[in-house]
Amino acid sequence: MNMLTAVARELIGLFVDDGSLALAILAVVMLAAVAVALLPDVPLLAGAILLFGCLGVLLANLATAVRRR
Amino acid sequence: MENWLHVGPATTAAFLASLVEAVEALTIVLAVATVRGWRPAGLGAIGGLIVLALIVAGLGPLLDLIPLHLLQLAIGVLLLLFGMRWLRKAALRAAGIIPLHDEAAAFATETAELREQASRQAARLDWLAGLASFKAVLLEGLEVVFIVIAVSAGRGLLVAASAGALAACLLVAGIGFAVHRPLARVPENTLKFAVGVMLSAFGVFWTGEGLGVPWPGADLAIVAFAALFLMAGLGALTLARRASVEVVS
Repeated sequence: MNMLTAVARELIGLFVDDGSLALAILAVVMLAAVAVALLPDVPLLAGAILLFGCLGVLLANLATAVRRR
Repeated sequence: MENWLHVGPATTAAFLASLVEAVEALTIVLAVATVRGWRPAGLGAIGGLIVLALIVAGLGPLLDLIPLHLLQLAIGVLLLLFGMRWLRKAALRAAGIIPLHDEAAAFATETAELREQASRQAARLDWLAGLASFKAVLLEGLEVVFIVIAVSAGRGLLVAASAGALAACLLVAGIGFAVHRPLARVPENTLKFAVGVMLSAFGVFWTGEGLGVPWPGADLAIVAFAALFLMAGLGALTLARRASVEVVS
């Protein structure tokens, strides 16, 4: 049982390390999905939200980590 | 040239990511072999590889049952979570904000733990040592499998990505068994940074494909995304290093 719990914890840890980073990424993906649903004629807008949203999330998260130090 | 642009990013990402994972697994297997010999280390590692093969054989065909857009979206999001986590960590490590991962230290910790277990329960130690080796190969192997599937799924690149991953694993195993030491001189953080950049780029691409975004340039968009993530990562790293130096001084 301990082994299974350890494996499950490790598997979750592969994707979620800093909870705020994971949540922010999911928020960007949801925003892009909303853009696709509301403006299906401009799908590239969702692409731009996704790309620049992820880049922004990365930079903001790193800046916060540096400031916290 | 066009073929390499199609196959290259997936193969390179699988090779580099597998290099990192194989180095980490090798450290634990070597620690087990140092403390208890090659028998439990080897049996544990082989057991891990067999379970991995069973997981791939069992789950692989199920992937074909999932609608392509759903698969792309799910894998894209997982790649974003996985890749950006690696990129963030590698940038923070390179800037000195968090300590670097040290294979020599990981080896020392693992051997110390196994020796401590030996003093407490000698009879069960071979089994426990084998289990440590098994767990390392299984967990690091699962990451390799995920990366291979993620960078190749739905694009007919499974063989190329698998070949990249297999080459990395064989290379690390060969060098590890030849030198009998953890590969502490592999520039692991630089590799993680590079892989983080590539997986993040794949993540944006797949998530967009899953949402129905028609990326300009098709596959070539991945290279452009990787360039943007690289610039953002390096820019953040430079600023973090500067801030780190200011704090120290």
